Amino acid sequence: MLKRRIIPCLDVKDGRVVKGIEFVALRDIGDPVEIAKYYDASGADELVFLDITASTERRQTMLDVVSAVARKVFIPLTVGGGIRSLEDISSLLKAGADKVSLNTLAVESPDLIKRAAERFGSQCIVIAIDVKFEDGEYIVYTYGGKNRTELRAVDWAKQVTELGAGELLVTSMNQDGKQNGYDLTILELLREAVDIPIIASGGAGNANHVVDALEKVDAALLASILHDRKTTVEEVKHVCSEHNLPMRFVTTQTD
Amino acid sequence: MRVAVIDYGMGNVFNVERALQAIGCYVTITNDPLEIEAADAILLPGVGAFPQAMQSLSETGLIPLLKRSTQEKPFLGICLGMQLLFESSTEGIPTEGLGLIEGRVERMRAKRLPHVGWNSILRDEDVYFVHSYHVVTDPVHVIASADYMGEEVPAIVQKGLVTGMQFHPEKSGAFGLSLLKEWKEAVEREITTGH
Repeated sequence: MLKRRIIPCLDVKDGRVVKGIEFVALRDIGDPVEIAKYYDASGADELVFLDITASTERRQTMLDVVSAVARKVFIPLTVGGGIRSLEDISSLLKAGADKVSLNTLAVESPDLIKRAAERFGSQCIVIAIDVKFEDGEYIVYTYGGKNRTELRAVDWAKQVTELGAGELLVTSMNQDGKQNGYDLTILELLREAVDIPIIASGGAGNANHVVDALEKVDAALLASILHDRKTTVEEVKHVCSEHNLPMRFVTTQTD
Repeated sequence: MRVAVIDYGMGNVFNVERALQAIGCYVTITNDPLEIEAADAILLPGVGAFPQAMQSLSETGLIPLLKRSTQEKPFLGICLGMQLLFESSTEGIPTEGLGLIEGRVERMRAKRLPHVGWNSILRDEDVYFVHSYHVVTDPVHVIASADYMGEEVPAIVQKGLVTGMQFHPEKSGAFGLSLLKEWKEAVEREITTGH
């Protein structure tokens, strides 16, 4: 049976993980490889690295991070943030990323979704949709939530699916950071609209919130509740499992 | 042991290379017949569509060599590389495959495709799948399968020295690496005991 997925999200700046997991006995809490190994061992089903570097050297730095992690951790790796072209995607995939997450670029050049899916396969194209509920409508935002578009989330989800998106990463801007639960309505609307996997993001404050989301969609992206020690991947998976959600538990140990 | 990973432009070969290196293999990513002849085992990767993959593979001119090699040395196909081992596929334009195992490749019936994510096989452990087509073959060739929305998905197939994995062992965590290691150990036995 197909499992629901728990996906930790790590912000990377200048090659270092920021807001890392300080409670873990890591030799270096900002080291992407150490943190990726820790999450892999704790049962993470995939990892997302979000590049928040502002400098112009960002490209090479992120490629180095991905390549170092991909030599040690053998679960799917997604990279998002600052991807500007097909060449950027190609370099990240060669460095060891399995998927890339596109947001602003996808809205500004939807044709690029199609070209990327044709060239690299739909399986590696994740479209990130930042959604804000306003005046009774779910509206798509870009530029990290700063720019309002005219797109309605459900229409946009259908469009990107037709263009070849492999998965959707849906962040509710209303809920993000509040830790009082996901926006289940938009997850439900999108679930009805498209058949590709949906990853829920924004609003999880505890394991029960994750259960609510995973009763609707395929995967949950977790950031601050893991980094702030509110819960762990293991605990979330156990609570989901108690609610009869199919989860993956790792029994083979890395040697 | 030395593994030749066939380079024919279909998908990301580097993660397969990294995983094989992690379990102690020497890896050559190549389309050079001499390097393939010199290897202890051959790995055929692949992501994408069946017709383009057969087209690209035939452009390398390697098909006769690959078919001949399967009589002499272990051969592993991963994902689309596993599907290419079979006789034919209905993906896009109906296309002939390598025909190393009897059977055909068909689109799955499940309502929600692709089949993407972790699904359980042998000993109830999970591996990472991404595909919309699956093989239809004699159960005698099927070592392990998964269940997706009520449909049986052959996950590991084998005939003689030819093995196929529909999922991505290189992306299936410690269990995925352990499956590659089992394959490696079987290859090493093959090398030492001869045939």
